[in-house]
Amino acid sequence: MDRLAEQIGRFGGVNLLPVALALVAFVLIGAPSSWVTLTVAGLAMGLMVFLMASGLSLVFGLMDVLNFGHSAFISFGAFVAASVLIALNHWLVADSVILNALALAFAFIAAIGFGLVAGWLFETIIVRPVYRDHLRQILITMGALIVSEQVILAIWGGTPVTVPRPHFLEGSWIIGDVSIEVYRGFAFVLGALIFVGLHFLLNRTRIGLLIRAGVENREMVESLGFNIDRLFIGVFMLGSALAALGGAMWAGYETLITPALGGEMMIIVFIVVIIGGLGSIRGTLLGAIIVGLTANYVGYLAPKLALASNMILMMAILMWRPKGLAPAVK
Amino acid sequence: MAKQDTTGARAVKIAVFLIAALLLFAPFLFQDVRALEVAARICIFIVLVASYDLLIGYTGIVSFAHTMFFGFGSYGAAIALKQMGPGWDAVALGALAGAAVSLVVAVAIGLVSLRVKAIFFAMITLAAASVALVLASQLSHLTGGEDGITYRAPDLFKPATKLLTDADGKVVEWFGVKLNGKIAAYYFVFTSALILFAVMFRLTVSPLGTVLVAIRENEARAEAIGYRVVAYRTFVFCASALVASLAGSVYAVWLKYTGPDTALSFAIMIDILLMVVIGGMGTMWGAVVGAVLMVMAQYYLRDLMGAASEALAGVPLLPDLLNPDRWLFWLGIIFILLVYFFPKGIVGTIMQKGART
Repeated sequence: MDRLAEQIGRFGGVNLLPVALALVAFVLIGAPSSWVTLTVAGLAMGLMVFLMASGLSLVFGLMDVLNFGHSAFISFGAFVAASVLIALNHWLVADSVILNALALAFAFIAAIGFGLVAGWLFETIIVRPVYRDHLRQILITMGALIVSEQVILAIWGGTPVTVPRPHFLEGSWIIGDVSIEVYRGFAFVLGALIFVGLHFLLNRTRIGLLIRAGVENREMVESLGFNIDRLFIGVFMLGSALAALGGAMWAGYETLITPALGGEMMIIVFIVVIIGGLGSIRGTLLGAIIVGLTANYVGYLAPKLALASNMILMMAILMWRPKGLAPAVK
Repeated sequence: MAKQDTTGARAVKIAVFLIAALLLFAPFLFQDVRALEVAARICIFIVLVASYDLLIGYTGIVSFAHTMFFGFGSYGAAIALKQMGPGWDAVALGALAGAAVSLVVAVAIGLVSLRVKAIFFAMITLAAASVALVLASQLSHLTGGEDGITYRAPDLFKPATKLLTDADGKVVEWFGVKLNGKIAAYYFVFTSALILFAVMFRLTVSPLGTVLVAIRENEARAEAIGYRVVAYRTFVFCASALVASLAGSVYAVWLKYTGPDTALSFAIMIDILLMVVIGGMGTMWGAVVGAVLMVMAQYYLRDLMGAASEALAGVPLLPDLLNPDRWLFWLGIIFILLVYFFPKGIVGTIMQKGART
């Protein structure tokens, strides 16, 4: 038994969990083509959720601040991107891939820009006065969430907004009897690229070194003369921008968005960071992929259980590892 | 040793006493249907907010699952009344079933997650509450889904019921108010609320209440003195879940309708949170003041905002923000400002006035 555990540990330990999940699902589903479709959908969803969750997790790890208003960035990102895409609709319908891609790029850039600015404002106005006071943090960020949801309702109204997709991301690839939506593939690739970028930033650069050191032992980094507060604003802005980008991609994925989107994603994002362990990027990715896969597999096998399945998953993992699968070292 | 009240504390107590008196005579003082509706809602929310205050104010636990327990109670009574027909046995059975489910869920959540940090607990309860909401809309054969359930209350509460009749067999009128089943229903709500509130108040002034405050102030020290923090937290979580569930059952009997919007939605959770913070955390009086202010605002502020919105019709964006549907926007801002500048809420701040330091 011990030897088995050691072997599993050598091959990646908890990182194997998604693989195990996929194997179990393969047996249960039976049809390989549906399994591939569901797996790709799960991975794409997982990577989008990862974008939304990574900021939350990092901000918590670095500063012990949990932002209940994080989902506001997600929904604002989605709506800003949707507005840009609607405004640039004549580029989207044009018969040129470059114009299509440009419109999409502008939408994403608008969402990211919004996330950066809003993150800075949010950090200075809302979060800064309540550092190290968990109760008031929860209350204040919750209040900010209420206000921003109302602002979204005031600007975009309560009716669902249809998000136009660029022409070249419509449709599906058909390989044999497996069909894969192009947008899912695109979301997967973009999400993976950003994860690699983040991983590089955190593990190969000086700033990343400081962030990781700050997560591990804040006082020590400060006593060595580094300004953690300034670093923190940067991380907060980056996290907000990633959440907004995640929201923008999600808007294109769902194609019909309502102001309730933020609240719905928030639950999933919370479950992801709890499963993965607060403060670690690797854990967040792991949690996001597990949640994405479970949501799609269970949605296919037992549709009624879809949301409850994430909850059960979280409970089970918390019983097994109370700090999450791959928590940051504290 | 009796503690000398500050002038502020005296003012608060007088205000609460006044509110209680107004609620007691509400059917006779405000003779329209809407006002009675408001009064009953205030009674229920005072209990609900007070039970939430046991958690957040006295013990320092942030839970977002409070409406879930309220919903269990509501749906328990509603389903029993729907399936068994109107009757007291259905009410009792429904309330008991709701309370039992609440207790089991509260114990499960408490034991699994009250050991972890406050923030984890807040997130887990949020997730649990959202699952409950989804379940309520999915199990539509039982809960009526998004439409909810309509049913009849026990016969005593029918508007046609005559409580007192005079020699001709007509309903007796007191101060111009017919003593019919509607009055009986209101006093059922009022009495239940009063009893539940009194029980909770007794709890907070008991030695147990002191232990809870000790845990809030310094968990490690409370543990070191020898109190089992997790056990106390789980207990208070269960107690407040139980009270919320019973309040839900009473409200379900009063409304004769139960749906996600009246019993389970996240909007109610936000209302409760706003009421606790506006009234003042850590005092039972705060719950009373907060609930009264918020429910009044919900019913009457919207009218005011509608008028303001029309008056500003030409200005960009402002009319949209003053739209009666956006009243949460303003409450949210007030909420944030209160948490910044008056973390003790209205009552807590007033009670400090005149305190000798």
